Amino acid sequence: MPAFSNANFHIVNTAEWTARASLLGDGEVVLAGLWGEADCVRMAVRSGANGAIDVLTLPCPDRHFPSVARHHLPAMRLERAITDLFGLKPEGTPDPRPWLDHGQWGVRHPLAHNPQTDFEAAAYSFLPSVGESLHQIPVGPVHAGIIEPGHFRITANGETVVRLEQRLGYVHKGIEALMAGATLEQGAKLAGRVSGDSTAAYALAFARAAESACGMEAPQRANYLRALIAELERIANHFGDIGAICNDASFPLIQAHCMILREDVLRALDSCFGHRFARDRIAPGGMTADLDDRGGSLLRRLVSEARRKFARIVEVYDQTASLQDRTVGAGIVKPGLARRFGAGGYVGRASGHAFDTRKALPYPPYDSLPFEMPLLDEGDVNARVWIRIREAEQSMLLIERILDSLPRGPVFLELSPRAGEALSLVEGFRGDILVYLRLNAQGRIARCHFRDPSWFQWPLLEAAIEGNIVADFPLCNKSFNCSYSGHDV
Amino acid sequence: MDLIVDYSLQGVQMLLVVTAAPALTGLVRKVKARLMRRAGPPILQPYRDLARLMRKEAVIAANASWLFRAVPYLVFAATWVAAALVPTFATGLPFSWTADLIAIIALLGSARFLLALAGMDVGTSFGGIGSSREMLIASLAEPAMMMIIFVLALIAGSTQLSTIAEFMLSTEAGLRVSLGLALVALIMVAIAENARIPVDNPATHLELTMVHEAMVLEYSGRHLGLIELSASLKLLLYVSLIACVFAPWGLAPMQSGLLSWLIGIGTWLLKLAVAAFALALFETSIAKMRVFRVPEFLGAAFMLGLLGALLEFVLAGF
Repeated sequence: MPAFSNANFHIVNTAEWTARASLLGDGEVVLAGLWGEADCVRMAVRSGANGAIDVLTLPCPDRHFPSVARHHLPAMRLERAITDLFGLKPEGTPDPRPWLDHGQWGVRHPLAHNPQTDFEAAAYSFLPSVGESLHQIPVGPVHAGIIEPGHFRITANGETVVRLEQRLGYVHKGIEALMAGATLEQGAKLAGRVSGDSTAAYALAFARAAESACGMEAPQRANYLRALIAELERIANHFGDIGAICNDASFPLIQAHCMILREDVLRALDSCFGHRFARDRIAPGGMTADLDDRGGSLLRRLVSEARRKFARIVEVYDQTASLQDRTVGAGIVKPGLARRFGAGGYVGRASGHAFDTRKALPYPPYDSLPFEMPLLDEGDVNARVWIRIREAEQSMLLIERILDSLPRGPVFLELSPRAGEALSLVEGFRGDILVYLRLNAQGRIARCHFRDPSWFQWPLLEAAIEGNIVADFPLCNKSFNCSYSGHDV
Repeated sequence: MDLIVDYSLQGVQMLLVVTAAPALTGLVRKVKARLMRRAGPPILQPYRDLARLMRKEAVIAANASWLFRAVPYLVFAATWVAAALVPTFATGLPFSWTADLIAIIALLGSARFLLALAGMDVGTSFGGIGSSREMLIASLAEPAMMMIIFVLALIAGSTQLSTIAEFMLSTEAGLRVSLGLALVALIMVAIAENARIPVDNPATHLELTMVHEAMVLEYSGRHLGLIELSASLKLLLYVSLIACVFAPWGLAPMQSGLLSWLIGIGTWLLKLAVAAFALALFETSIAKMRVFRVPEFLGAAFMLGLLGALLEFVLAGF
């Protein structure tokens, strides 16, 4: 089986493009990605049941395309980013403001054929909120904690939030521009640096896209080791998140213990693969590091220890009434909205959106490993915590199963780069990471696009906080823990 | 001669409260850290922090008025005087006759009022949020505190802390339900007044959830140092207040000798340590409540105080 046979590439005309956009609007299909190129726009659409992904390409010789956001709002920020980077204009868009571009780049439309260097940056206006005794609270972009930069404009009536508007793009690093012309080896390094906490997931997504474009598959042992690292990354992040959420409810006891657990996982990764986050260990063609028997038994010990400690932490979480009082019913994302946005990860699965790339579009070795996908309908902070708890438990189970069935053999096969394009979807700890990769005839990267799961989760945070109180925003935000870096690329 | 001794004792008390206050804060932090299996900063860290803040430049917003600059000094002065009025190791010190419990609450109330004004002075949204939340809490905590004072006054026949403490030490006091209710209510008020978990979190970095810290977010340097010292003093004041009313053992009576003063200081320090452990344990075992639960929390304190007062009336009727 080719690495990603369930992505079908089509070149479409304007009518077909618009027809698909209105299908998105009707909720028949789910938007998986929307990105640009210098002379075309592409849209990845996933049909719910069989998981097949269609990638539609619309050539834009006139530098504009029919807006998808007009029919389907989740596409809006993606379209604004396309305009910022490529200068392609969505026709009939409900929101023509820039998104990633804050006028600080010194260049406009940097990825277009002819970027503008002579321009005047327009002032950015936030959406208006009109009413008596409303006041605005600007939060960020630089925050008090050690987190990434992003601006939140809260309009409140006393303590009640009337509107939250996000402004992101502060950590735009131009990774997609750096990718153009890079070799696969350089590309893999860049991919691992898109979002630091998901370095393994991004490297895996890129590697799978690269292998698929080159028409080859990684050795089976490499697939298992990749999943092993991905699951370790997942539990490390879930442990950290659970602790951080409790800390934001001023219950640092759980965080203290969760941080120890997380540290245990990172140290195990370090001693098994030589890096605390296993950065640059997953590469196109397989793995750059192998796991020895000592590492295997170390990971088994880690999992059995972590399971024991984690169960006690979960018990404390479950039995602390004052903590439950904060998390239950706070920051509700309605299931309909989660489905409409195709939100992946714990945000979607806590709101009844049953989508996990490892289940819906299984890639090896998940196609042969049994595990459960936890699902809840409540959509509140508590549900997102519980999804994380259950997922961490499943991941610990998966780690043991991977270690049990780890095949022997090589872990790396040299790729022979050739012209081609591929799409890959991989389940990071936040949700589905989409990578689109096109290689030119020299085997170098012509275009590479990363779509972080946060693109479809950030807008839900705006919805979840509406009508809530100002003081609960940090807690809700932490329960989402969206990526700034992955979103801003 | 007596006058000199009295005033020097009062001087000792004033110095004692201001020097012990940061250590109490440090001890609470240390115990909390140990309970979470962290090493925690040394107990003396708050002194170093204060020394650092005093040395540092105070950055003041361009549009700050004189009020913003004056408030830290006024707040510190009011809190220090209030703390000097509470019998810590000896009763009947000269200042204690000049003002009663109601005056102490009034001093603290004025300090908070000034701080809330200063929070709004610069016009940042966080200062405004902090001030409005602080006032919400204060407007509920003060009636509860008044109820507690009524209960104590009904029992001891005075609002004078020295008199109350001596009454409590005598056999007349005995075990009373209303005293128990007043104790619980006073602890709840003390938690709210000192911005502790579950009402506020003194250790948070999240601007949007802060109450007290949001109000003083714009302060830096010596101003911040004074405000932090005032906060420590206030915590010490409330612990001393609870100790002097509900656990007055070891308090040196009027006109006693050096030995009983030393015993008084020793037992007071012990009481502070016990309170620090209890506070740390309590704060570790509970999450912060949503802002709108605070009225319920303080409402409960008020009801407990009211119940205590009613009980005293009813019992007096028989």
